[in-house]
Amino acid sequence: MPYFWLLLFFAVPFLIALKISFAKAAIAMPPYTDVLYWVDGFPVVKLRGENYLYLLGDSLYINAYLSSLKIAVVSTFLCLLLGYPMAYSISRMAPATRNIALLLVILPSWTSFLIRIYAWVGILKPNGLINNYLMYLGLIDSPLKMLHTPIAVYIGIVYAYLPFMVLPLYTNLVKHDHRLLEAASDLGAKPWQAFLKVTLPLSKAGIIAGCMLVAIPAVGEFVIPEMLGGPETLMIGRVLWQEFFNNRDWPVASAVAMVMLALLIIPIMIFHRAQAKEMEGKLT
Amino acid sequence: MFDSNEVLEAKLMTGKSGYDVVVPSLTFLARQIQAGVFMPLDKSKIPNYANMDPQIQALIAQNDKDNTHSANYLWGTTGIAYNEDMLKERLGADAPVDDWKLIFDPQYISKMTDCGVYILDTPSEILPIALLYLGEEPNSFDPAVIQKGVDLMLKIRPHITQFHSSQVIDALANGDACLAIAWSGDVLQAANRAEEAGKGVKVGYSIPKQGAPMWFDMMAIPKDAEHPNNAHVFINYMLKAEVMAGIQNYVEYASANAAAAKPGIGDHRIYPTPEVQATLFSLAVIPPEVDRIFNRAWTTIKTGQ
Repeated sequence: MPYFWLLLFFAVPFLIALKISFAKAAIAMPPYTDVLYWVDGFPVVKLRGENYLYLLGDSLYINAYLSSLKIAVVSTFLCLLLGYPMAYSISRMAPATRNIALLLVILPSWTSFLIRIYAWVGILKPNGLINNYLMYLGLIDSPLKMLHTPIAVYIGIVYAYLPFMVLPLYTNLVKHDHRLLEAASDLGAKPWQAFLKVTLPLSKAGIIAGCMLVAIPAVGEFVIPEMLGGPETLMIGRVLWQEFFNNRDWPVASAVAMVMLALLIIPIMIFHRAQAKEMEGKLT
Repeated sequence: MFDSNEVLEAKLMTGKSGYDVVVPSLTFLARQIQAGVFMPLDKSKIPNYANMDPQIQALIAQNDKDNTHSANYLWGTTGIAYNEDMLKERLGADAPVDDWKLIFDPQYISKMTDCGVYILDTPSEILPIALLYLGEEPNSFDPAVIQKGVDLMLKIRPHITQFHSSQVIDALANGDACLAIAWSGDVLQAANRAEEAGKGVKVGYSIPKQGAPMWFDMMAIPKDAEHPNNAHVFINYMLKAEVMAGIQNYVEYASANAAAAKPGIGDHRIYPTPEVQATLFSLAVIPPEVDRIFNRAWTTIKTGQ
């Protein structure tokens, strides 16, 4: 049964996009050539690899992939840096306050994602909250340019994806046995040593899960770079939009999507294999 | 509902969009007609079609032969929008607002960067304007000529703060943008909003003397519309003189409906004077391979890649 759903919601759309990526754009409905057609009663499949070659031939696409990866990696790291202390302190709270703290982490997600990003436009813009306040204090004379910069994109991504880092880390950290830390301290470890040698290694699974949950959607992010980023913020989600809507080239857009999927799935599979191996190691 | 021509086109091209009437821009409509998306209008069901201004109909017929598939909803121009006070403060009272050099000559645009310069994110409109400024044929499909426009854009690129087609209304109204290439009706809406907000933001609009693109929003019926009869009735209603007059009052775009009382007729930002109207040009329908050149060059302009 789970395989049926996987087939329906993942494999079918995937295969359709894969098929389109081997076609050629045309002014027609739908706007691409047929991959499969009939000649004298025999089916003929014509696969065109030129869309993939085209992606290789223009440095724009490679640069867009690389720049998306960079933005995703940096924001994941920032999320980890901010999220770890948050998750750690929540896990150390008394159960009653802990629930309130968790609620506060999740609460913003009850508002539409789009509206929260719009709110950041209002905060960062030249005429916005931060600039007006700094000018009121007299710290700056003219507004700082924050909106439509790479920094705004990082702020947006870190803000939007922080809960996805905090929650898996919290689930992991809350299960830790505090006696381990006591034992470490009895054996002469300073608090930071105990953290590095006990807590951090034990929370590895949480760190990896959190990083995956943040990095993967961040690579394909479209809304945040579109609204907070400047025109020079190059991300693969934007390139894909452009191919699909501006160039009206569905085949090239599908090829871009296929490559993006491959770039995301390969690391996930490596990660899964590593995890499976680790499990085996524990069992034996 | 759809939020842009691009999204509408993607829906129409997939088929079974579920729409009975759609309103794409003429350049998009022309390509969609080629793809076989629309049914010819049955003019016998649209008696109010007789209200249309023959001069404008002739312009539209360049892209929809004999006005077979569509009826004009509204039209407008693409010109220069500016914040009156900020412009005066930076360039003096005699700033050349009626000249494209305000945008394309670095000595002017560079002084406006600090208060926000917005450019429409539509290469198919902005590059022809750049070519017009250079004295080239605006609708040229010659890559060498297009490149001249691209080079001009690259020269002013450092002074542009944002490329966007829909954020500009808000940005002008709030005073976050002080100079823009924008659509006439959007600018007038921004001017009205600024007035309502009462923060003293005054938004101006001008059609430069070199000329400007003129565009048309067209009503058409998809072939697979479920209620084609109702669609005809709706288009006929929209072309009724009183109805169109009411719409114009509200959206501040121009109408090709000759019978409708034209409330904005005295406002030359909406209805240019005959002399200015003579300088306007309509945009050509761009073949796919040229479209790719436009969009690729546009990415270079925006990102430096």
